[in-house]
Amino acid sequence: MTRVIGMRCRECGTDYPVQATHVCEMCFGPLDVVYDYDAIKRAISREKIAAGPPSMWRYRDLLPVEDDVPVVTLGEGFTPLVLAERLGAELGLSRLYLKNDTMNPTNSFKDRVVSVAISWARAHGFETIGCASTGNLANAVAAYSARAGLESFVFIPADLEPAKIISTSVFGPNLVAVRGNYDQVNRLCSQLVESYPWAFCNINVRPFYAEGSKTLDFETAEQLGWQVPDEVIIPIASGCQFVKHHRAWGELLDLGLAEGERQPALTGAQALGCAPVYNAWRDGTDQVMPVKPDTIAKSIAIGNPSDGTYVIRMARETGGVVEAVSEQEIVDSIKLLARTEGIFTETAGGVTIGVLAKLARAGRWKGNETIVAYVTGHGLKTADAVAGPDGTAHRFEIDPTLKSFREVVEV
Amino acid sequence: MARRRVKLIFGRELVTEPVIYQLGKNYEIVSNIRRADVTRDEGWVLLELTGEPDELEKGVAYLESRGIRVEPAEGDLVE
Ligand SMILES: Cc1ncc(COP(=O)(O)O)c(C=O)c1O
Ligand SMILES: [Zn+2]
Repeated sequence: MTRVIGMRCRECGTDYPVQATHVCEMCFGPLDVVYDYDAIKRAISREKIAAGPPSMWRYRDLLPVEDDVPVVTLGEGFTPLVLAERLGAELGLSRLYLKNDTMNPTNSFKDRVVSVAISWARAHGFETIGCASTGNLANAVAAYSARAGLESFVFIPADLEPAKIISTSVFGPNLVAVRGNYDQVNRLCSQLVESYPWAFCNINVRPFYAEGSKTLDFETAEQLGWQVPDEVIIPIASGCQFVKHHRAWGELLDLGLAEGERQPALTGAQALGCAPVYNAWRDGTDQVMPVKPDTIAKSIAIGNPSDGTYVIRMARETGGVVEAVSEQEIVDSIKLLARTEGIFTETAGGVTIGVLAKLARAGRWKGNETIVAYVTGHGLKTADAVAGPDGTAHRFEIDPTLKSFREVVEV
Repeated sequence: MARRRVKLIFGRELVTEPVIYQLGKNYEIVSNIRRADVTRDEGWVLLELTGEPDELEKGVAYLESRGIRVEPAEGDLVE
């Protein structure tokens, strides 16, 4: 079955053949993959999905990688969806679920998108993979390129923290630290894309890459017994995944895989220190003005988000909202999640849980709705965020005697 | 020759000024409008700029000196 039949501009509707391009030549709008849904409808079923591999590739019929293409996989996706009873009790929600995407091979949801991007790129003859990243994307691209046996170039800002550099360099990419400010690194990337025959995961192969995000929703639906939740809370950086979550729920309903009258409300979460989408939402406009990021939630600190306008429209259309939280709320929320559910998330997850908590406490829900929060990255990536002032954490210090234990701890 | 896709963002004071015309007049830059949204108060224009790299740098600096925000048309590429 050939399911990808082309690409289409989201703004002006111009059609393109399948190729490594992300913007429309006519209007500079973003391109999306076009599927043959009739063919997909004939091929897909709940039974076929259930019989598929225990990874996100069980939804391959809705991904832009044809059946005869060998996929580049490390077992990404099919992460746990857990009923959060204790966190739910604190927030007055009896049916709160967490999609724990910290459990991916490189510990963030980026493994989903990169697995699709590199599978597509290798099948289309690319020998070198590229990306520009400050963290999660770099990890995923370096690991999956190694897995694929492809060369990779990962561009990072020269002042990136050593821990992040090491966890990427171990996979053996060509790691290029760029001396320059953020805008200069951005500009260099757009020049590189034009100059080298490489597959830049989040740039020229972005239309394929982005499709991988849909598997979060497919899994959530399947794990809920093919029911559509009432609301989903999603962190927003570029807004790329938010847009694809909207597409995914639409596909599940149109294909009759999930049961429900309508899409879940899609709610977006940002850090106040980098909240261009929230600012526009609050001001009642869908024109997103770029900002200079200043937040500990670095993995979602995108000041000029490519898909911000679409996020606002889709949040509005589905009955969701866009909300933002402070730095303190991010830290408190990481700790709250860890303490109540045993899940350690990075700062982006702190933003998501922070927005969930803020909305719950403001009385957004009655309490019996099915709410799902996407927890997209692991806490060890940003462990510093929850360290005490001395860089460690609260603990009892005792002498190696029972007496000392009783004196210090048992009081 | 180099090409650059940019988004120009204007405030209220600049909406009525012919800055794109002046860009072409003062620099060796050809600009090509792809999409725009301009209301009375503010606006943005998506442009393709073509010219020698040095000239593009100068032209962008000129726009910025006039108080226009010049951003990559597709948003940030570093994730
Ligand atoms: C952990 C984490 N969560 C969420 C996001 C947001 O994704 P998007 O850029 O698609 O909005 C990112 C990536 O940028 C991320 O690394
Ligand atoms: Zn177009």
